Amino acid sequence: MSFRVHVRVMPRAGLLDPQGLAVEHALGALGFAGAGRVRIGRAIELDVAAASRDEAEARARQMCDRLLANPVTEDFTVEVED
Amino acid sequence: MQRVAIVRFPGSNRDLDALRAAERAGSEAYFVWHRDTALESADVVILPGGFSYGDYLRSGAIARFSPVMQAIQRHAADGGAVIGICNGFQILCEAGLLPGALVRNARLSFVAKPVDLLVERTSTVFTSAFNRGDRIRIPVAHGDGRFVADPPTLDRIEAEDCVMVRYLPAGPGIESNPNGSDRDIAGICNPAGNVVGLMPHPENAIDPLQGTRDGSGFFSSMAAWQPLAGRR
Repeated sequence: MSFRVHVRVMPRAGLLDPQGLAVEHALGALGFAGAGRVRIGRAIELDVAAASRDEAEARARQMCDRLLANPVTEDFTVEVED
Repeated sequence: MQRVAIVRFPGSNRDLDALRAAERAGSEAYFVWHRDTALESADVVILPGGFSYGDYLRSGAIARFSPVMQAIQRHAADGGAVIGICNGFQILCEAGLLPGALVRNARLSFVAKPVDLLVERTSTVFTSAFNRGDRIRIPVAHGDGRFVADPPTLDRIEAEDCVMVRYLPAGPGIESNPNGSDRDIAGICNPAGNVVGLMPHPENAIDPLQGTRDGSGFFSSMAAWQPLAGRR
């Protein structure tokens, strides 16, 4: 079986995110009052061949640990489509 | 004579500069392709600047899995010398050979200009020709040069005297921290001093035509280094 997996990688809380700040300022300049704490990360979609949903998730987490996210600066979440 | 292997990745662009700087210092320098698995009896490995694999995903993230990196891990563990410059520094951090990470410059823009540095550690393969406290000017050219690590890691790096060069504090006529690096760190080393990484480009500061020769010391240090007997 193959499972569609959605990985979300975000800069770790507390780490300065200059892209998020720049976009936050731009939103303010455009008149969107009340938009705050903007943070910008990365979304990755991939198909993972696995015997079960749990196995697909476990494999995707290994991929995050080794390559898709940097454990020094980023956190990630993994979602597997039903 | 030192044998210096300069690793070329797809997207390296300071490889020839590094080769010339090593040759000018009196070393025997040659290129190694990133798919090679042998370093040909290298004493020193240079990971040059550039944009390996287009910096896709994160700078250095894909290059660290190149076949040559396993040989470099063994080389470093055996006491061989390794220097990562700019993109090479990013690769060494991604590979876990040095702590921390290099992320997008605090002000987002790519910076290419001379910066002023303080040499803080001279007991490394690449800084022995300097004196502690020397102020040097060499150029940077990077978009992802902000060195970050969590506070305990930063404290450990400082406690182990592993800050090799630091950006000078802002002042009149001083080109200070260009990227927002934690604690103004521009270059670090491992505790043994055989593995180092730095964001500025000493290979682009070896000739009066380049405006400064302050980078030469990194290569003369390397050329004067005596590898442990029997390493080859």
